[in-house]
Amino acid sequence: MAVGLDKVEPDKIIEEKHLVVEGMDISGHWNRMFEQRVIWDYDVEQLEKVASLPGGESLAWCYGCGKCTAVCPVDIVGDYSPRKIHRKTQMGIDLFTSPDLWLCTTCMNCLRVCPKEVDMIQIMPAVREQAVLEGSVPPELQKAFEDTAKHGNPLGQPQRKRADWAKKAGAPVPIMKDLNRPVDILWYVGSYPSYHPRGIDAARAAARIFNALGIDFGILGVEEKDDGDSQRLAGEKGLFEMLAEHNIATFSKYEFERMVVTGPHEFNAFKNEYPKFGGDFKILHYTQFLVEHLDRLKPMLKKQIDRKVTFHDPCYLGRHNGEYDAPRQLLRAIPGLELVEMGRCRENGYCCGGGGGGMWLDSFSKDHTKMRLSERRVREAVEYGADVLAVCCPFEVSRFEDAAKSTGNDKLIVRDILELLDESMKE
Amino acid sequence: MNIIVPVKQVPNLTDELEINSEGDDLDHGALQYVLNEFDEHAIEEAVLAKEAAGGAVTVIGVDTTGELDSALHTALAKGADKAAKVTGEYGRGVDSHTQARLLADAIKGMSPDIVLTGVQAADDRDGQIGPMIAAHLGLPYVGVVTGVEVKEGKAVVHKEYAGGVMAEFEVTLPTVVGVQAAHQPPRYAPVSKIRQIAKTMQIEEIAGNVPSGAGSTVRRMFKPESAGHAEMWDGSPEEIAEKIVALIAEKGLLKREA
Repeated sequence: MAVGLDKVEPDKIIEEKHLVVEGMDISGHWNRMFEQRVIWDYDVEQLEKVASLPGGESLAWCYGCGKCTAVCPVDIVGDYSPRKIHRKTQMGIDLFTSPDLWLCTTCMNCLRVCPKEVDMIQIMPAVREQAVLEGSVPPELQKAFEDTAKHGNPLGQPQRKRADWAKKAGAPVPIMKDLNRPVDILWYVGSYPSYHPRGIDAARAAARIFNALGIDFGILGVEEKDDGDSQRLAGEKGLFEMLAEHNIATFSKYEFERMVVTGPHEFNAFKNEYPKFGGDFKILHYTQFLVEHLDRLKPMLKKQIDRKVTFHDPCYLGRHNGEYDAPRQLLRAIPGLELVEMGRCRENGYCCGGGGGGMWLDSFSKDHTKMRLSERRVREAVEYGADVLAVCCPFEVSRFEDAAKSTGNDKLIVRDILELLDESMKE
Repeated sequence: MNIIVPVKQVPNLTDELEINSEGDDLDHGALQYVLNEFDEHAIEEAVLAKEAAGGAVTVIGVDTTGELDSALHTALAKGADKAAKVTGEYGRGVDSHTQARLLADAIKGMSPDIVLTGVQAADDRDGQIGPMIAAHLGLPYVGVVTGVEVKEGKAVVHKEYAGGVMAEFEVTLPTVVGVQAAHQPPRYAPVSKIRQIAKTMQIEEIAGNVPSGAGSTVRRMFKPESAGHAEMWDGSPEEIAEKIVALIAEKGLLKREA
């Protein structure tokens, strides 16, 4: 029974065979309303619980148009969207303890189309923070929090090994502490490029490219810690603040003109969040930085890559920060490469599922959806005839490679743009 | 019920351990400290006991690192009610005899019903703090405990023996217990909560006496010396696989059909 039907009061329904009202015979109009309709009351307690949180207010603004449902990446593989969250909350379901709380990847496609500016990028972290304080966190996410707090990275790898990848980069990777002088570019490598085997491939490619271009750069090495932005969006605000304070203090120790980051999540953190803690630096995503050097880079791209390549827009580079062109310019500069666009691209790019803590909720999300978001995306790349799925977010290479295998699309090659450029620079 | 949990910090073992220039101790200046893992279990068991039987949990430690506050804040975030630290001029990694004396002196004034502490710690591994606190306080001690249940002035504790043998003891309170493992994994303390607590809660400071001296002294500390060498193979998975097969055959472990 739909909510509210129990509130119909049968004794207020009047049935007359013949009825004359103010001289007018309205007999037979069985559906005419003779009494003011009883407005079915909703219990607004659950909605108020969300809307009363700083950041949670906008959930109450939803008027149920459903535009978000059409673009929500999770609804495409499951039964979930901001509008549905609003409706369920209205119907008395507690978001704080619902599995729905952990499915949003904060990809921001809903906010892009929402006429009421219902902002899940604010709502989700606000509600999740309360759940985290209560201790009701999916175990795999909790492990990522613990590892980040203990080791400075969500992979649980030792801090002292953070720069070990650089040893076999095939090009010098200077460390700021050893350089002891100002540099043009401080390269913030990030956790996945420092530790994940496939992330390391991209980091080493970047090191070779920077050296080939003669960039004056340095990295922080063991002084670098995770940016914490995805942990913040997953509800661990304190952990984010702790990391922000550490990183800002570390960045401030050194002199550099600009900072280049490997990942869009770090880009978002340093550009939009760290200034709130007094850390204001000039930040570039590596695609933006390399595009500046395109004139010199192009002649170095000698090796043909005769592949049909499609590009996956990272949510935190595209929608969140408006950069769609730099990655495409780099791809088009590679000789032989044919760039094809997927249906869901640019502003409407489909989320890989890794944002907002999704990176550490793989089993949980899988249990509550029909298919991983990364699996849906890999299928889309194949549907558009791509041989290569190009990415520029360190979360994505491993996500999509796993998804290519699990969907039986082993032939799809997943490469970071850094790897493709590096490949094309080889003789 | 008054539950006291003595804790200590130990070097973080995910970092490389360095020996000092004298060669008789770790290079404490180069170390990061974390809470002793067994103490984390003691805190968890204490909070579980409080949740089951009521009362208050007080966490206490000797501040030998100057960083004990963060460990105490974490314990408070996990559900401890009060925190105290013994302050004084104590070197890093001060021996367990000294710590036990200082802790016992501080705990005496707290009239505990039960003292739960980690059964041992990764630094000296001598497992003596619990028994020595019990001796100083004149209380019974049970160690290697994997579960504590408190009721009506008694504690029922599960003690683990070698070979998977378990025993159940009934101990009259007050008592000291060395915790091997809590009966559920230690809970996560959100950093958000730890930071809130760091801003709002006070840690009681107890001035400690002069150190009483060690039960043992370290003459020499050194890294394990390797006895043999491992041979590292490079190559493709196929090449490596062939080498492995060849080695197994060479060692006579492979029975080949003629």
